[in-house]
Amino acid sequence: MKRAQLVTGLVLVSAVVITAIVAVFWTPFDPVRVVAGQRLLPPGWPHVLGTDGFGIDIASRLMVGARTILLVGIISVGVAAVVGVPLGMLAGQAGGWVDEVVMRVSDVVYAFPALLLAMLLAAIYGGSTATAMIAIGVATIPAFARVARAGTLQVMASDFVLAAKASGTSRWGVARRHVLPNIAPLIGVQASVGFAMAILAEAALSYLGLATPRPNPTWGNMLRDAQNFLFVAPLQALWPGLAIALAVLGFNLLGDGLRDYLDPRLREVP
Amino acid sequence: MTEPLYRAEQLTRRYRNGGTEVLALDNVDLTIEPGRRLGIVGESGSGKSTLVRLLAGLDRPTSGRIWFEGTEITSLPERRLGFLRAAVQMVFQDPRSSLNPRMRVGDIITEPLRSRLVRRQLPGGVDHATRLAEVLEAVDLPADSGGRYPHEFSGGQRQRIAIARALAPKPEILIADEPVSALDVSVRAQVLNLLTDLVAAQGLTLIVVSHDLMVVRHLCDQLAVMRAGRIVEQGDTETVYTRPGTDYTRALLAAIPRIRTAG
Amino acid sequence: MSLLEVRDLRVSFGRRKIEAVRGVDFEIAEGQRLGVIGESGSGKTVTALALMGLLPDNATATGSVRLRGNEIIGAPEVALARLRGDAVSMVFQEPMTALDPTMRVGRQVAEVLRLHQGAESGPARDRVVSMLAEVGLTDPTRIADAYPHQLSGGQRQRVVLAMALINSPDLVVCDEPTTALDVTVQALVLQKLDEVLTASGAACLFISHDLAVVSQVCDRVLVMLDGEVVEAGTVAELFTDATHPYTRGLVATARLELTRPGQRLPTVEDFYAPEARLGERA
Repeated sequence: MKRAQLVTGLVLVSAVVITAIVAVFWTPFDPVRVVAGQRLLPPGWPHVLGTDGFGIDIASRLMVGARTILLVGIISVGVAAVVGVPLGMLAGQAGGWVDEVVMRVSDVVYAFPALLLAMLLAAIYGGSTATAMIAIGVATIPAFARVARAGTLQVMASDFVLAAKASGTSRWGVARRHVLPNIAPLIGVQASVGFAMAILAEAALSYLGLATPRPNPTWGNMLRDAQNFLFVAPLQALWPGLAIALAVLGFNLLGDGLRDYLDPRLREVP
Repeated sequence: MTEPLYRAEQLTRRYRNGGTEVLALDNVDLTIEPGRRLGIVGESGSGKSTLVRLLAGLDRPTSGRIWFEGTEITSLPERRLGFLRAAVQMVFQDPRSSLNPRMRVGDIITEPLRSRLVRRQLPGGVDHATRLAEVLEAVDLPADSGGRYPHEFSGGQRQRIAIARALAPKPEILIADEPVSALDVSVRAQVLNLLTDLVAAQGLTLIVVSHDLMVVRHLCDQLAVMRAGRIVEQGDTETVYTRPGTDYTRALLAAIPRIRTAG
Repeated sequence: MSLLEVRDLRVSFGRRKIEAVRGVDFEIAEGQRLGVIGESGSGKTVTALALMGLLPDNATATGSVRLRGNEIIGAPEVALARLRGDAVSMVFQEPMTALDPTMRVGRQVAEVLRLHQGAESGPARDRVVSMLAEVGLTDPTRIADAYPHQLSGGQRQRVVLAMALINSPDLVVCDEPTTALDVTVQALVLQKLDEVLTASGAACLFISHDLAVVSQVCDRVLVMLDGEVVEAGTVAELFTDATHPYTRGLVATARLELTRPGQRLPTVEDFYAPEARLGERA
């Protein structure tokens, strides 16, 4: 059962990753060039998933969309983890006022919605993939800080940390050898879930026109375009919607499966 | 007069637990001479674990002072406790929680050698691989144990790993906090034999904390009985064991389960 | 007819069918107390769970476990639920996890009573308080109103004992009930267990790794090793004429007081070497 989860997650995530990599080198049609004579074609050949309101091949746009979503996910989760995890560990290990300050600041950021931050950044710099990545990344920092802090507190209370302290191991040594490896599975799960959240957030932002601008395709702005033809060509909305749903599901399943797989104590049980 | 190994004066330790204050240690005086084997017995909550954590420098007293080989350790900052960290090593009750499940046994055992504080105290450099092989042999574990993870070992073997880690920096004092109470009775004897042999072979000073008087009697020549944060009785193990001076000690002795052969 | 009859019980786990219990036979008569000793991994806890019908989902049990003639193996959950607490109850090792931290202990004990006897809450309360007194808790009214975390380990374990005994079951299964306790508290809990068992006439299956502890409650003992019963007999018999070398090893290690302090203690391996164990398995 657990294994099935991990495998399904891996298959879905690999599909997104492979599609994105292929899209860097090749797409069946030009994903941005308007072809006036081929608007709103139904699925068939050579346009497997049909064409959109500008006569552009939907399959090609989806492929490029996978590229964008992956980039946004990697950068935003990366930013959040690189900033959030050390902060959470610091708070958990140091305790006292350091803990207070870090967690209160994190609460403030947490209370500030990603959408608002994205709108702010879009208003100043113009909506782009970069502003979306930063907005999503910053908004996700508190989630990583919390998970890291909770995990750190648990590890710090264990006898092996006491044993390490008793033998003179420095705080840095405790953090590196004991805390980080033991909270890594938590971080991995959080990263996977964060990735799924980032995909949703990016879709929402580009649907609202606050992220990657047209004509560059993303799943979110494809959904927005499809809205205009909802009664003429309902399948148009299905494809990006399905892509978003499967990618989000994939990363969530991967996160769950990963948690079980990464824990050596669970692995010994038959 | 030679300086004792440990001298503690009027140690008091209070904790805040929720809203209430707990007096874990109440004005305890103690001296430990080098080469002795001291047993500290008492029920949970008697303050015995608090006392040894103070001695090991893992916690600080609310008031009172501790001298280790003539140096007061209660006023020193962590970075100047290197000499104490190198000289005093601990073995904890439950090896399932005292060994990091994500570290290989070799890394666990050599961890004390990696500490900068301890390294400064060790003359010359210590080759980790050599020392690992030495201590693995000393605790009677297979030489190839270093590359494996703790969960691959049985409870008794894991406690041997914990003992090997404590021996790695060549300490003078070994503090064992309930070293056999998480183990099956059938493996208890092995670990007790190992401790007895190591203490004799390496001339260690031993401090054992236990709720089991039989374990302490087997390992130690001196005994301190604790109750509610105070030492209520102290002396030579055989004397306390055969002629207990307080009702509390008598109750502890009476509680030891003995095999009853008639239903 | 015996109260409990276990015939060729085998329990295996997971897809690879690793056998934890490999053909165990024993029986317990009305009011009889049977101890099971063995080290961790010997299959003693799995045996206990099997006869409570509490094995995890990935376990497969074969053979027969009959309680008052009712077959437990393969019985539907509804039938098992009726037996548990009524005919058979269990005391676990860790009292903290066996109690619900959000519920006053009096209510938890009353819950068990209500579930099986449908008692009214007024009389139930009186019954609970008197049961708490019976297991040796002083000031039982105050204890009944306390939450688990407000009690000491020994008090909690006696609350669990009260829960196990309040429906006057025919059989009480105790799995290492005192391992998590201090010696003084252990002595008290064992004494109370002995008293309430005598008073109620319930039979008991008592599991422990410590022969000395088992002997406080039971006179007959099974010795388990690698999923099999290697020896059975009274405590006195195990001392004088144990046939299996492993049993002789267990008996020797259980008596620290026979060895002079500082001298080498006998170990199980002196009697029963691991090489021999491996050879036997192969």
